[in-house]
Amino acid sequence: MVKSAYSFSTKKEKIEHHIIVVWVDNESGVLARVVGLFSGRGYNIDSLAVALVDKKKNISRITITTSGTIQVIQQIKLQLGKLVPVHKVADFPKNKKILLREMALLKVVSSKKKLEKARKLCKKYKYTILDKTEKSFVLEVSALKKEIDELVKKLQPLGLASTSRTGVVAMTKGYEIYK
Amino acid sequence: MANLMTGAEMVFKVLEDQGVKHIFGYPGGAVLPIYDELKNHKKIKHILVRHEQGAGHAAEGYARSSGKPGVMLVTSGPGATNSVTALTDAYMDSIPLVCITGQVPTHLIGTDAFQECDTTGITRPCTKHNWLVKDINKLSTIMHKAFAVATTGRPGPVLVDIPKDIQFKKGKYIKPKKIIKNNSKENKNFNGQNKSIEEAVELIKKSSKPILYTGGGVINSGPRATEFLRQLALLTGFPITSTLQGLGAFPGNDQQFLGMLGMHGTYEANNAMHDCDLMINIGARFDDRITGKLDEFSPKSKKIHIDIDPSSINKNVAVDLALVGDVKIVLEKLITSIKKKDPHFANSNKQKISLWWNQIEKWRKKNSLNFVNSKEVIKPQHAIQRLYELTKAQDTFITTEVGQHQMWAAQHYKFDKPNRWMTSGGLGTMGYGLPAAIGVQVANPDKLVIDIAGEASVLMTMQEMSTAVQYNLPIKIFIINNQYMGMVRQWQELLHEKNYSESYTAALPDFVKLAEAYGCVGIRANKPDELDEKITEMLSLDKPVIFDCVVDKTENCYPMIPSGKAHNQMLLGKKDEEDEISDEGKVLV
Repeated sequence: MVKSAYSFSTKKEKIEHHIIVVWVDNESGVLARVVGLFSGRGYNIDSLAVALVDKKKNISRITITTSGTIQVIQQIKLQLGKLVPVHKVADFPKNKKILLREMALLKVVSSKKKLEKARKLCKKYKYTILDKTEKSFVLEVSALKKEIDELVKKLQPLGLASTSRTGVVAMTKGYEIYK
Repeated sequence: MANLMTGAEMVFKVLEDQGVKHIFGYPGGAVLPIYDELKNHKKIKHILVRHEQGAGHAAEGYARSSGKPGVMLVTSGPGATNSVTALTDAYMDSIPLVCITGQVPTHLIGTDAFQECDTTGITRPCTKHNWLVKDINKLSTIMHKAFAVATTGRPGPVLVDIPKDIQFKKGKYIKPKKIIKNNSKENKNFNGQNKSIEEAVELIKKSSKPILYTGGGVINSGPRATEFLRQLALLTGFPITSTLQGLGAFPGNDQQFLGMLGMHGTYEANNAMHDCDLMINIGARFDDRITGKLDEFSPKSKKIHIDIDPSSINKNVAVDLALVGDVKIVLEKLITSIKKKDPHFANSNKQKISLWWNQIEKWRKKNSLNFVNSKEVIKPQHAIQRLYELTKAQDTFITTEVGQHQMWAAQHYKFDKPNRWMTSGGLGTMGYGLPAAIGVQVANPDKLVIDIAGEASVLMTMQEMSTAVQYNLPIKIFIINNQYMGMVRQWQELLHEKNYSESYTAALPDFVKLAEAYGCVGIRANKPDELDEKITEMLSLDKPVIFDCVVDKTENCYPMIPSGKAHNQMLLGKKDEEDEISDEGKVLV
């Protein structure tokens, strides 16, 4: 006898990862409403990116990566849709039709030898050196989250001193847009 | 410049344009300019409460009994925080409420000023939306929008926080019609396709064990929804049950009505829910008090869900067909469609569901609301039955507090009209009923308004008796007094080895003297044989009354679906308690 009035879930349901994109009025408190909805209802936020995208209409685009059962993902979308400043909600499934990027600024502080090694390591990623001293450099990488995770791990023994990441942003491929 | 008005003037202009007649409130430093303006608006009557929570519940009672939004006006800081319970209550039960709060002047926001709090931050999760007005020229637009948000779609509370300097500033008033429309989340129409209606009709035609499971959404949808529900029941001949909030949408004495369902619902309603092959949920939300054990909830049925709020669909229970829209619109379409296909559906279908009705009648014979009456001590169920018998001839409005008395009232008081039953269901707020009764009486001045109360609950907002006396509101507070927090005691008996930890109130006020202290009338009934006479006396008084009905201290509320059980595993009375509740069940609430 496990379940009742307040029930425990007995079935192990599959957890899915989704990217939820929300277009909102760029007004004070709107991010708190969105984030508060997630924390208040016990949903996960794996990463979050937000910026004003349409100055004329004053609209911000929030990109949230989240995980949960299908039912939870469905609830997230419907609950977000009820918020007054939310214009539309899109669910980007993680598949080949979606472009995903995350940007990171990484500062490596180390000896000359290790710095050289670190730079070699970075070669397989698209990167730009933004700042350089004899003891350090700061590089900008734009890649998939997984790739940045990998790079960060590799740079750690080589003197990675500071990491700043944006969270995932997403865009659909092709000419279609979310109405 | 002639068109300019101050923020305070604008607040009243909005209220007038929205047709508001009554507001419930409590003044304070940060709303003084608005209170100062009150004298110039004779059409709006302000009801001074004794605590801001009371203002909120009164506004809720007003809204639920009148179908109009309730309006409250309170000050910043403690005024706002005291309103939080009422806002949350309204949010859970989908009651349209507009709360206007004062705020410290804009230049002081964020300085920890006197009576400052982050009102919009605190109330964000318990309102549909809230606004902090920082620009006088946006005030009227925001306030009209606030009324629109509160009253459209799934109704709910909203809050407008107005800093004191904005109340003084002058700006331009914008009329309501120019505003609404943009980005409204209202769901006025049925936005599904007619195909879904056809599908619903097919399911209805196929079913041999159907049930209508109705909720507060029917009442929120307005009087036409109630009419359509009655038409649908008549047209189909289906059995019908209701949630706590839906009582009154369908006549409680009708043969087709199985009584309330859920944790303290009737045997026939819950068993019918469990065994049905088609469940039509109309404006209810599969609340956990209804479903019991989720994975044994109505295992064999197809489920249709009619709800205005898309996020209610598949939230707790996966359904086969969702009809997202206003109940009255969806029901009208459904009825038209059934009639088109088969104008005499009820007759032609009678045969098909007759076995089902036979089964239901068998369950009904259990008489699950039965109790053993006594000549020595007043049984609480008996008290409510007598109250019903002596008031049913009048158009009576009932509010309740929260606990055993609330469930007994839901079981034994029969409603045949909507908007006559006001109770805190979702949040379960003890102390709701007395202030709610005040709001109901303000909205319905000539009607009989009774708060069926528990002695523990009613003490939480007892101060509002003073409000009732001030405005000559002849509300009747009918206290089922068992000296225990009865529902807590019942759970402790069933689940915690009768360890009655802190559920007994060792010192209670003398309610008769308390009534006199407030300037109203106190009546006490101790024995069953004096009950009728005392109730009649109460009803004869055109004054607020506190009725202290001293009842059996140990009576439990049955039937009951205990923790960890499904709809078809109900406890019907003391004898059934012997079946132990599992350890897992004990951690559930």
